[in-house]
Amino acid sequence: MSTMTKISQLARHAGDPQILQTGPSSLAGIDRCAKLLGWVGIWLGLVKLFAPRRVARCLGMGGKARLLRLFGLREIGAGILTLSSEKHVGMWSRVAGDGLDIATLLAAQARHNPKRGNVSLALALVVGITALDFVVAQGLAARHGRGRGERRLYPDRSGFPQGLAAARGAAARKLAAQPHSSAFS
Amino acid sequence: MRALVWHGKEDVRCDTVTDPQIEDARDAIVRVTSCAICGSDLHLFHNFIPAMLPGDVMGHEMMGEVVEVGTAAKDALKVGERIVIPFTIICGECEQCRRGNFSVCERTNRNKAIADKVFGHGTAGLFGYTHLTGGYPGGQAEYIRVPFADRTHIKVPNGLSDDQALFLGDILPTGWQAAINCDIEPSDIVAVWGCGPVGQMCIRCAILLGAAQVIAIDCLPERLSMAEAGGAVPIDFKTESVIERLAELTGGKGPDKCIDATGLEAHVSMTHPDSILDRGKQMMMLESDRAHVLREMIYVCRPAGVLSIPGVYSGLVDKMPMGMLMNKGLTVRTGQTHVNRWSDDLLRRIEEGQIDPSFVITHTVGLEDGPEMYRVFRDKQDSCIKVVLKP
Repeated sequence: MSTMTKISQLARHAGDPQILQTGPSSLAGIDRCAKLLGWVGIWLGLVKLFAPRRVARCLGMGGKARLLRLFGLREIGAGILTLSSEKHVGMWSRVAGDGLDIATLLAAQARHNPKRGNVSLALALVVGITALDFVVAQGLAARHGRGRGERRLYPDRSGFPQGLAAARGAAARKLAAQPHSSAFS
Repeated sequence: MRALVWHGKEDVRCDTVTDPQIEDARDAIVRVTSCAICGSDLHLFHNFIPAMLPGDVMGHEMMGEVVEVGTAAKDALKVGERIVIPFTIICGECEQCRRGNFSVCERTNRNKAIADKVFGHGTAGLFGYTHLTGGYPGGQAEYIRVPFADRTHIKVPNGLSDDQALFLGDILPTGWQAAINCDIEPSDIVAVWGCGPVGQMCIRCAILLGAAQVIAIDCLPERLSMAEAGGAVPIDFKTESVIERLAELTGGKGPDKCIDATGLEAHVSMTHPDSILDRGKQMMMLESDRAHVLREMIYVCRPAGVLSIPGVYSGLVDKMPMGMLMNKGLTVRTGQTHVNRWSDDLLRRIEEGQIDPSFVITHTVGLEDGPEMYRVFRDKQDSCIKVVLKP
């Protein structure tokens, strides 16, 4: 039982059911992984948004603080999207953002950059995260996509045992015939 | 006992919890034989309805067999009787109950003080819903305590199966009330947005009440096929312009009556830019509800028409075309369903064979499969329209 669940028991009425043993969840591992990546993205985005100069210095990208700030905003946006119910859209936006990060880091790997070592490390990290983002995005699409399961139509389910023609206006006729036993009976 | 418990956003689990007990003389304990996952459960699943707490038992559409009755309910209920439990808990004695406005019963919300602060005036207690409506444990469980059980029940006559009777507790009266709220005349064209379970009931009820034509708007082929089977003309908003098709079907006049059976999670579509803006705002907590359907209804409805809103909304919406609403002289009717106002009449209609609400059931599973079925229903997989759970 999570801490939040334990705390919420305090606000509950005395006789309400208490959890004795928790069972399998509607959230799968892939959903939890996306959630974690969403929070990591928001945290990294905040770092880029509020300390862009330190990040730029660390990567030898002086003068790119504004770009890093924009990347921070992008990462926060993707993180929020990943935490929403449209998490697959968030994950694909993360993958696209990873591509931008890789392109920027590749450009920063020029020979004259004294922090090339840091850039290489960051690049390796981003490539790894990109691979993870891609796998999670694909996993989410497979788990939550409309394509799963059988496709059926229901052309025979009218819900009217006496047929559609008999049903048309049946209640109205009855109400008209019995004005005092109205639908409010 | 086992129960489906909300642990957080998109996290429902089949847990083992303590059994309910009689707490008040008007209580009854019911062994749940059938319960359903409702569209509004998905709003709770997504945490769009405020004041859910981790550990809440879900479910507000259920029926079963009475196994224990409090002393004050013994005249009304007997052990062994089969009952449908309306999702609105009613005292049957307050001024609103006496007027038939059961969903705003003044006594059954046990968190009324908080609800009064939030809503101005609190509403009735509801099962398996937010703590703003009392936080009563729901019926997606093996047993449920029914408060005010001497009034909060619908007795099921022998001969009716669970599947035929179950929806008397929510979606059938919800569809009926939505159609009744339209004041349907024989020449009326009624448009229904959203062909989920409530939308399907709205379509059938509008047909029964004599609408000249019913138009159903959705984007899922399985739902549109079921709507068409019930007598509606389908519009697929992904492949057709709703505004153009409605104009064509109504001779340019617009539908006389419009029903929003979608609620706060209107579909987000590239063809509806306002729906994208709504979703962005909803994520940033700048708006709680996506109101595309409301805007579209106001736009297309024939002047002096009626907008009936059974779809659930939770809080604030932006960009409402009030000028259009006012100048066109539209009437808006909405509210949670006054289940017991309609249940006797609808029960009779089921018994007479006018309608069999079990047509909407597409999946029947055990309670242990509930968490997975929340996901299947939400993701619209396996042509799922309505899930019934057998605890």
